[in-house]
Amino acid sequence: MPNVSDYQWPPMETRKVIGKRISRVDGLPKASGRAKYAYDFYRKDLLFGVLVGCPYAHARVKSIDDSAAKAMKGVTAIEWSVKPGSELQWQGQEIVAVAAETEETARDAARAIKVEYEVLPHVVREDDLAAVGNRAKAAGEQVTGDPDTAFKSAAQVHEGFYHIPVLTHCCLEAHGQTVEWTPNGINYWPSTQGVSTVGGDLAQNLNVPANTVHVDMQNVGGGFGSKFSADHWGVMCANLSKNSGGRPVKMMLERNLELMTAGNRPSGFAQIKVAADQDGKIVAWQSKSWATGGIGGGGAPPIPYVFTNIPHVRLNHSAVATNCGGSRAWRAPNHPQASYLTCSALDDLAHKLNMDPVEFFDKNFELTARADTYKWQIRKAAELMEWASKYKPRGSSPGPVKSGVGLAVCTWGGGGHTSNCLATINRDGSVVIELGTQDLGVGARTIIMQVAAETYGLPLSMIDLRIGKNSYPVSGPSGGSTTSGGVSSSTRKATVNALEKLYEAVAPSLGVQPNQLQAVDARIQVKGDPSKAIPWKQACAKLGTTPIQEKGFNDQRRPEGLNASGVGGVQMAEVSVDTETGIVRMKKFVAVQDVGLVLNPKLAESQMNGAVIMGICGALLEERVMDQQTGKMLNADMEFYKLAGIGDVGEIVSVLDMRPTTDKRGVIGIGEPCAVGVVAAIANAVTNAIGVRVSGVPMTPNRVLAALEGRTA
Amino acid sequence: MEKFSYASPKTVKETVALLDQKTNSNPGQVEVLAGGTDLIAMMKEYLATPKLVVNIKDVHELHGIRPEKGWVSIGAATTLDDLAENQMIRTKYPSLYEAAVGITSPQIRNMGTVGGDLCQRPRCWYFRNGYGLLAMDNGKPLVPNGENRFHAILDNSGPAYFVSPSSFGPALVALGAKVKAISSSGAREIPAAEFFVKPTSETQREISLKPNELVTAILIPENVGKNTTYEIRERQAMDWPLAAAAVDLKMNGGTISQARVVLGHVAPTPFAATAADQFLAGKSIDEKTAEEAGRQAVQSATPLSQNAYKVRLAQVAVKRALLQAGGKA
Repeated sequence: MPNVSDYQWPPMETRKVIGKRISRVDGLPKASGRAKYAYDFYRKDLLFGVLVGCPYAHARVKSIDDSAAKAMKGVTAIEWSVKPGSELQWQGQEIVAVAAETEETARDAARAIKVEYEVLPHVVREDDLAAVGNRAKAAGEQVTGDPDTAFKSAAQVHEGFYHIPVLTHCCLEAHGQTVEWTPNGINYWPSTQGVSTVGGDLAQNLNVPANTVHVDMQNVGGGFGSKFSADHWGVMCANLSKNSGGRPVKMMLERNLELMTAGNRPSGFAQIKVAADQDGKIVAWQSKSWATGGIGGGGAPPIPYVFTNIPHVRLNHSAVATNCGGSRAWRAPNHPQASYLTCSALDDLAHKLNMDPVEFFDKNFELTARADTYKWQIRKAAELMEWASKYKPRGSSPGPVKSGVGLAVCTWGGGGHTSNCLATINRDGSVVIELGTQDLGVGARTIIMQVAAETYGLPLSMIDLRIGKNSYPVSGPSGGSTTSGGVSSSTRKATVNALEKLYEAVAPSLGVQPNQLQAVDARIQVKGDPSKAIPWKQACAKLGTTPIQEKGFNDQRRPEGLNASGVGGVQMAEVSVDTETGIVRMKKFVAVQDVGLVLNPKLAESQMNGAVIMGICGALLEERVMDQQTGKMLNADMEFYKLAGIGDVGEIVSVLDMRPTTDKRGVIGIGEPCAVGVVAAIANAVTNAIGVRVSGVPMTPNRVLAALEGRTA
Repeated sequence: MEKFSYASPKTVKETVALLDQKTNSNPGQVEVLAGGTDLIAMMKEYLATPKLVVNIKDVHELHGIRPEKGWVSIGAATTLDDLAENQMIRTKYPSLYEAAVGITSPQIRNMGTVGGDLCQRPRCWYFRNGYGLLAMDNGKPLVPNGENRFHAILDNSGPAYFVSPSSFGPALVALGAKVKAISSSGAREIPAAEFFVKPTSETQREISLKPNELVTAILIPENVGKNTTYEIRERQAMDWPLAAAAVDLKMNGGTISQARVVLGHVAPTPFAATAADQFLAGKSIDEKTAEEAGRQAVQSATPLSQNAYKVRLAQVAVKRALLQAGGKA
């Protein structure tokens, strides 16, 4: 077996495939519509499933009656998830699903099902903590140091109130699946973030052996943390298939159910008091915060964010239970809220100190876990933003359309999840790589192929990559930015192991020891003597009848230098604000991110661009609107659940820290961190432009004008 | 959607006959399908449940833009894109051009029609969530104490609180346009200002078209002044205006002889700001005059709990429309 050191990433200067700006391998199929998603599946004898959600925010089922639906021609099965007496806790909670021969029949049948409800009192809004009564559960006070004394002796104290709303994941491809319950097992085509894990989840819920569930998913239209489990609708869909004689059933969520029930990000509200000494060093923090993530309460944002070494801190957080769909992991769980709350308050404190925020943040990076990283990044970001020339004290931009700049910081873990890779080298020179992983649209396919091509010294086109099935070696679900670290490491190990075996087969014919060989430019050659070489195909022909097949395993706890965890980033925004209309336009956004070794800068930057766009939506447009009178989500559609179009995003400059010191840490995922600080940076830029703080996001004309006029909106 | 019958006539005469069925005494029994950008979505949500859908896309007479004795006739089935691409419209009726390109989705401009823009249903989210045009729940109006950030700030004493969704409405009222309609009882021309109405009961609609009537064209006078539409939207991408203003200024040299200022998306109908019209008569256009005209236009506004900002936006829309029409923007 190779030594651990043989697995190490090749030095930067010798890399031929990794680290290169290669376009994603599935770009063309996706752009041309040939890539198939769960929604695109049309099996023979396919039935259509419709899911019905609860129409009320809080209700108890009094009676159910599906006789009319059952009697309809073409209806094959009805699957209930409630019974008389069941209590429903949010609008959209799953009630019943119907399978029928056609979409039309399934919809008509769903309408024909009668459910009588006893409507119960609801709370769907958490913005006024005093109004939610016992729905708020305090987590208990946490105190570090002596905040009271610190605030008294501080040179400058700022107090402010900030809030950020619940967002939904709003995946372009809704949740859902096709399931076919055959005598040979359950064929399952879900839209999922966990190819190797979701089958087990379905099996457990169906009480069938896990090895009878066969998962296949080649493409997914967005997950963002909301697509890990098989979900109730997956289980209901399987039962519909079973009860329809095993015919395949496709059931995808409608857009309104997708927004009501398939995941959201908790809100964040905080009254914050923060103080600095006369040098501008932060000395004390105090916050009273609350949030909701649905009936189960809400996630507590980790505040004060990044500046975790503030000496004197008092925290009080309450989780508010509301009659709304439950929260799920949302691209850096709790971090965007924490970044927004913290960086807004710190920006306001810098203003009180008459300090440029760059100087203020830079000075206080000593209070973070990675001061050197942030200090380098803030300089780089400031240079790209031309901060020195663009920054002016708050509100001093002339004219009715004012411009401003703002900054924020982020952090995230990463690391590599558990991943197994199987590498096969055939006698004819063809190579196969297999992993039970998934490509969430971010480029996992491409980077795996890059790693294999790099190890073997082959062009990318020779790598036959197979992913998306749970029959392949187990790889972790894509969450927490752990996929790149996991799959690149397991692929590196598997391919190094396989290549080692090939060297053993080839070495005698070149008259050297296996460890004297290297794979370069589709040849196996003797190190230091390129004239002694055999083309790849001929080398593989020296294998006997049995192909080489080797495994590679990434142990989450022992990355062995191939991947790492823990990153920082600095984001800066430039906006213009029309003070007559309150409309904010993005001019420029700069994101500087540390993600260790960058396998493909083009894809990594693309990830960052997407994250910035996601943050722009949250800063300017996006929020879930709940109506306390009716308990309903009023904007469960893509007309008023507003997302940015390309005309709304401005210029985006995404920069990776690719210095050798960062590179040598190994691979770190980039999914989450760059989505964290965007809202905060834009909020600070708007404040810089107009001279007053808009206390909440999204910064709509309503809120911006209210701030300018000294009202609350 | 519910089951429905479908007809695709080739002539106006056939269309009128289809609309004139005995069952069609109440609105909603028979729906006219043109671009379908609103109707199909309404049907999918069961908010529209017609028994008969009459497709008019194949009725030739309803397409196209042509002069008609002192007027310009725009066929009801003319697409928004065809209108926006028409050079004469662009130069002579910028108020219509700006309104058309303000519908910021190429897909909707390609499919949506001029007649459809006038007949589309309000976007009020209570209406779209099934609480009816007047947004009532158990006899109680939901808008005054609810999420009313996008609702009316003018003419909003109830029972209607929604805003007219028409992009062309304000410009048509400002230009003194007419809507041509036809039924088995004959053809009639409805002044644009009377086409849009504020319903007082749930059984009424927000336009004065009878259930058996078909919009065939819009007539715009040839004699118009400097006109434009200015919309304020949150997004560059597909979005509804928060407020809009259309103006038509008949000029006598550098002086306004007659002004028509009409606000959009702020009231259940396009709102004729006659106070602004009176103020502007006899004045020349400058920043200060435009600003004051904006103030005059919204002087009777009565904002709801969450939409005071729309008063400001309507005011700014008027100011900017005037400056734009006067070439001062």
